[in-house]
Amino acid sequence: MSTPVLAIDNIVKHFDITGGFLDQIKFKNGKFKLEKTTVKAVNNVSLSIYKGETLSVVGESGCGKSTLARVVLGLYAPSSGQIFYDGKRIDNLSHKQMLPFRKKMQMIFQDPYASLNPRKTVQRTLEEPLRFHNPKMPSIEINNKITEVMEQVGVDPAWAKRFPHEFSGGQRQRISIARGLILDPELIVADEPVSALDVSIQAQILNLLMDTGQKRGLTYLFITHDLSVVQHISTRVAVMYLGTLCEVAESKTLFENPRHPYTRALLSAIPKVGETVAKHIKLKGEVPTPVNLPSGCVFHERCVSANKRCKAEVPKLNTLEDGTQVACHAVEEKRDIA
Amino acid sequence: MSHLLEIHDLEVKFALRTGDIIAIDGVDLTLDRGETLGLVGESGAGKSVTGFSIINLISKPGYISKGKILFNGDEISSYPDKKMREIRGNKISMIFQDPMMTLNPVFTIGTQMIETLLAHKNISKKEATKIALEKLKKVQIPSPGTRLNQYPHELSGGMRQRIIIAIALITDPQIIIADEPTTALDVTIQAEIMDLLQELCETDNMALILITHDLAVVSQVTEKIAVMYAGKIIESGLTHEVISNPKHPYTIGLINSIPGSTKPGEKLQQIPGMMPTLSEIPSGCAFNPRCTEKKEICETIIPEPKKTDSGSIVSCHMR
Amino acid sequence: MKSSLQKFKESYFLYSFKRDKVAMASFIAILIFIALAITAPWIAPMNPYDSNNIDIMNSEIAPSWTKGGQADFPLGTDNMGRDMLSTMLYGLRTSIMIGIGAVSLQALIGIFMGLSAGYLGGKTDAILMRIADIQFSFPYLMLAILVGAIFQIVFGISRYEQLAVPLLILIIGFAEWPMYARTIRASVMREKNKEYVEAAKVIGLSKPVIMVRHVLPNSLTSLMVISTIQIANAVMSEAALSFLGLGMPVTMPSLGSLIRSGFDYIFSGSWWITVFPGILLILFVLAINLLGDWLRDVLNPKLYKD
Repeated sequence: MSTPVLAIDNIVKHFDITGGFLDQIKFKNGKFKLEKTTVKAVNNVSLSIYKGETLSVVGESGCGKSTLARVVLGLYAPSSGQIFYDGKRIDNLSHKQMLPFRKKMQMIFQDPYASLNPRKTVQRTLEEPLRFHNPKMPSIEINNKITEVMEQVGVDPAWAKRFPHEFSGGQRQRISIARGLILDPELIVADEPVSALDVSIQAQILNLLMDTGQKRGLTYLFITHDLSVVQHISTRVAVMYLGTLCEVAESKTLFENPRHPYTRALLSAIPKVGETVAKHIKLKGEVPTPVNLPSGCVFHERCVSANKRCKAEVPKLNTLEDGTQVACHAVEEKRDIA
Repeated sequence: MSHLLEIHDLEVKFALRTGDIIAIDGVDLTLDRGETLGLVGESGAGKSVTGFSIINLISKPGYISKGKILFNGDEISSYPDKKMREIRGNKISMIFQDPMMTLNPVFTIGTQMIETLLAHKNISKKEATKIALEKLKKVQIPSPGTRLNQYPHELSGGMRQRIIIAIALITDPQIIIADEPTTALDVTIQAEIMDLLQELCETDNMALILITHDLAVVSQVTEKIAVMYAGKIIESGLTHEVISNPKHPYTIGLINSIPGSTKPGEKLQQIPGMMPTLSEIPSGCAFNPRCTEKKEICETIIPEPKKTDSGSIVSCHMR
Repeated sequence: MKSSLQKFKESYFLYSFKRDKVAMASFIAILIFIALAITAPWIAPMNPYDSNNIDIMNSEIAPSWTKGGQADFPLGTDNMGRDMLSTMLYGLRTSIMIGIGAVSLQALIGIFMGLSAGYLGGKTDAILMRIADIQFSFPYLMLAILVGAIFQIVFGISRYEQLAVPLLILIIGFAEWPMYARTIRASVMREKNKEYVEAAKVIGLSKPVIMVRHVLPNSLTSLMVISTIQIANAVMSEAALSFLGLGMPVTMPSLGSLIRSGFDYIFSGSWWITVFPGILLILFVLAINLLGDWLRDVLNPKLYKD
């Protein structure tokens, strides 16, 4: 197999949320102790993304998928682990060394109302990255590029002088996509790009993303909680639960034959249009906090087929014969999964 | 016999500085005991305003300008606020999208539940506590006894929404209006909450109005459906009829634009353009600029609702 | 496409301004005060700073409409024989100058500190905000007495007269910058987690560029509100300092020092030396505060519609 465009290797990201020194003092068993509170947002995640594919990372809120996206783009420094772009390590680069990679990786955000600077016109929002990365580019060329990209995302270039508040949510998301495209990137990280939009607008934006992806040969890292969107656009899917990867598989395989007990529960919970009876798998309890992770498999407390081994040992991501990777003792031992 | 809830030709206007705009334009709805109704539409279609106007809680520049709302045959839309309070939160309860909006963060769950009860019923505190416990059990909250003394922030999002439902249930209402009750929740929790609501309607013979943008949820939970667009109901009928055999071009477009209805990887069917803002509703049929089947008549004459062969009611000149 | 002027005409801002009579009245009053202050050298009947114009024989003449008043001095004269009207106009000019100067300095320091603290966070934030706390808990009167005394000793009383305005600007400016720093920090912390800031980071822009070009412009609305209130505060501070004899010298009176100079004569019947500048000061500060109140309501994001 060719080298992946992006390789995430054993990434861990913990956030210290203790606050000041005084907050760290805890009283336990008659003794004062200094204690830090860390949110273990991402734990030992390894993933590879290949050229031209759309890899979706799915999971419920708080599973660490957005954190992972931000670590990939260098918005957060990983606590440990490495990130490679085209085989070159990028997580330890300085701001300046990182610049050439910034052009290649861009991001599209969730909230079309917060992702555009309300005080900048569309023109200024779009020309900023161009001028920054190509200081010598003549104005005519910049304007041509802006017109070209605006046309591509379906926003009338005549509106370039307008401010974000003059546009609807769907149009703003198009402008946000235009900003992501203007540097001609190779990889786009899209963080829930359609979840804030209405159904009819959602379809327009998804079509736009798939269209431009094909035309430009883009690679997508798609972060979302919406499984019907995932099924529609992904080449491969990675399922995350509580900062850990449960299952990575080809999209078709995953939806036809989910292996991990969590994936099964998740897929069964999607409501489908036209289905009159819902038959979803009920999970025990609730998602634990990422501050105190359960021992062993993070899912064992809620899993119907968990046993002693699941409580004690962290399952590894094993590759099955059809290429699906699953981190589950029950699958490995071929236990019966409800 | 009269229906549990009847809405006749409801019109809601918002008084803005640029003049009045019509948010709800001639909505007719009926609901019987134990019935579940899904009110579907995109943001700005007027579905939430419809819900609020039933309990007469439209926020300020808005007001009911025409039509009436009958509850058990009484015209509640003309009730003064004091009389309305006996209905609101008592016989008709409402559940909102964000549980933290409804729960007061400085009071325990127990206090909030008991207070609601004491406000509407003439019973002792002890009895109220008993009922509160009973309702918490009913919404399947584990260890309900300890929950009574907990504060909202100590609970997870799914648990909070269950508490909200318990509070809504506490006075044994005849109608529950749920406004996007699961939009802020994860799919696995959404599925559980929807199960719960459905179960409660069946066991207690309660009517449910489910306001949502999610067609899939509606198709699983409700018996009847009303699709709204730009302040009007454009199609209504039995849910399975409307979903499996939609008549209005907008309903068709909406169902087709859901990712599940196209093969993975293929271009999704999309409705061009977007919903008009309330101040710029086009003449004739409000959907005409986006409609693929548009004829001349659509631009000038507002279509009247008519019954189709499948039993659903559609407002479209082409049907 | 609408021009920006046309957009302003249709804006909620102008709409609510037109409907609020108090805001309109205070805005007009402020405009008049500022116009008077700017044109004082031309419209004042005499120049009170020029000792050639002053005749000590004219001291303590009552306002023209009372017994013993003279038509030359409509509001009477002070104890040094200066025309009250002219002195007040010049005093208003000095007060406004110090007020605006001090607030500009406060804003400059406060924005820098608040922006750095809010955006960079962590240790920078802790250190800068502790400095602000210390500054805030330090009474500015004490600072003023200290600095004023040192200044008068080092430069002598005669130079002090010339340097009084910049000195007061410095003192009041340094005393109150933490107000700005805190306000700016709070809104920067709100803005910095928004996605457009992340988008700027993804582009690769450096921290100072993101801070100045993206975060700061979006934090400025809160500044408008406190700026109006701070100008009123600065004018009051200046008046208080001058009243205590730590501000403008009597030869170049501000409204505060004018009130003080009249205070000694109030019991001998020359009430006008204190009362007229007092009324002017109150009207000016009141107008600013009323306008500030309206601004706060209008710019409040929770209430802001349109």
